[in-house]
Amino acid sequence: MIQIKKVNKVFYQAGRAIHALSDINLSIEQGSIFGVIGSSGAGKSTLIRCVNLLERPSSGSIIIDGVDLTKLSTQELTLTRRKIGMIFQHFNLLSSRTVFDNVALPLELAAVSKDKIKEKVNSLLELVGLTDKSDTYPANLSGGQKQRVAIARALASDPVVLLCDEATSSLDPATTQSILELLRKINSELNLTILLITHEMAVVKGICAQVAIIGDGKMVEKGPVGDIFAHPKTELARQFIRSTLDLTIPADYRARLLPTRVEKSFPLVRLEFTGASVDTPVISQLARQFDIDISIISSNMDYVGGVKFGLMLAEFFGTEDAALKAVAFLKEHNVEVEVLGYVI
Amino acid sequence: MSFDSVLSWWEGHEGLLQLLLEALGETVAMVFASGFIGFAIGIPVGIVLHLSKKNGLLEHHFLNKILGMVVNIGRSIPFIILLVAIIPFTRFIVGTTIGTAAAIVPLTIGAIPFIARLVEGALLEVPSGLVEAAQAMGAKPAQIITKVLLPEALPGIINAVTITLVTLVGYSAMAGTVGGGGLGDVGIRYGYQRFDATVMMITVVILVFIVQLIQSMGDHFVKYVDHR
Repeated sequence: MIQIKKVNKVFYQAGRAIHALSDINLSIEQGSIFGVIGSSGAGKSTLIRCVNLLERPSSGSIIIDGVDLTKLSTQELTLTRRKIGMIFQHFNLLSSRTVFDNVALPLELAAVSKDKIKEKVNSLLELVGLTDKSDTYPANLSGGQKQRVAIARALASDPVVLLCDEATSSLDPATTQSILELLRKINSELNLTILLITHEMAVVKGICAQVAIIGDGKMVEKGPVGDIFAHPKTELARQFIRSTLDLTIPADYRARLLPTRVEKSFPLVRLEFTGASVDTPVISQLARQFDIDISIISSNMDYVGGVKFGLMLAEFFGTEDAALKAVAFLKEHNVEVEVLGYVI
Repeated sequence: MSFDSVLSWWEGHEGLLQLLLEALGETVAMVFASGFIGFAIGIPVGIVLHLSKKNGLLEHHFLNKILGMVVNIGRSIPFIILLVAIIPFTRFIVGTTIGTAAAIVPLTIGAIPFIARLVEGALLEVPSGLVEAAQAMGAKPAQIITKVLLPEALPGIINAVTITLVTLVGYSAMAGTVGGGGLGDVGIRYGYQRFDATVMMITVVILVFIVQLIQSMGDHFVKYVDHR
């Protein structure tokens, strides 16, 4: 169990105080996967680095399994860190060591015997599926393989917590999924608590049970993933979710866009589905009830935690009256509609 | 100059071979002895310089400033001046101020700050993320130095060793000033002062050969340990 209590972090730059974190409170259950999402510069990296005190909080406490890390001496902290694994965006593997020796490093630090190291490292390499790469140097591995080595290394000292600092941010989507799959596997097999920070919604959606949104160093919202994405309570959370979904108007549509309706032009609308939206097949109902044809230009819909949400860009072909009625119908069903203009 | 003329010249200077061999031995002795002692002191100094830096592993502003200043002073004194300036110190250490042993003292003193800065630079090349990862996995400072910093900086350190040895070959030529002997000394005395261009040429060729050998051995070792 990780408890982050009233954590503040202030950096001083050229005599100016910069509040990287303001009054952060979080409580993460043992064995759960917790995500912190925020755009770059929001302070999420500082937050995760505060958890193992790579960055010392200016105030507040970090409590892991009942021990307040901020109160430990340097030596005690060093030993406690062996129970907190960490993986990084840029893997941070030692180029001078083979895959085997990289994974063995935490064990060497703890002065484990050679035989035990061999046994442990081999079982870890099997867990992450890299048995055949044992004698390879990191320079000859792909990004995904490097992160697997880093995960094996982080697990070597049997940690209770795994911190993932943008662990998939430099990987392609397919590799990201395979790394997330591995994290999910070790989470369930080892009952490991995972705290991960990311700017990718796909990561949070794919693996986290709980999520916290952080913006400008402040905790904006937190809760179960489905709830947050479906019913964002704060404007900041909403903006953030929208930014991850954002649909831009294609350039050729933008060129043909008029502010008012003229002859032979049709409305371009943006529909926003949230958790509050009525869960009925509204698009086909619209078409039937109001005799309009709907052309979907682009859409970004998702299904998380039992709710549909997302954005859709569409053109309503029909009479002016029908279009107005259709918009009213959508609003009744709690779909947010914005008429962006009229396309010739 | 045809091959025959080289041969006939050589027959007229048989004593020279002996002289050149001796000089070669002296150069090698000076370069490697001062290099060895220089590394033994310079590498730790470089490590301390790196660690005591701002935001370094063992940040110590005062130590870093003082050490940095001493190193800078050492680096800024021209070697030929250092050679004569520390004569009393040389006498104190080896008991004499002339000969190969006496030349090793100023060569070593000159090499230490040079090596220290090169090693500091090599350590700076190690990505800070690696040190952070080691800290996160609970490594003590001494473990970070021996298991992360030094192995990761090894290619750079070997490069520093190569550059230093090559520089020392050059410096050792000046050691003739204190009667240190060596190839440079032979080149000056026989080649320049006696207008014997052939001797000058031969010593230069041998020096070029030594430098080439050191450089290619250094490159080979770097290639062997570098897995980046």
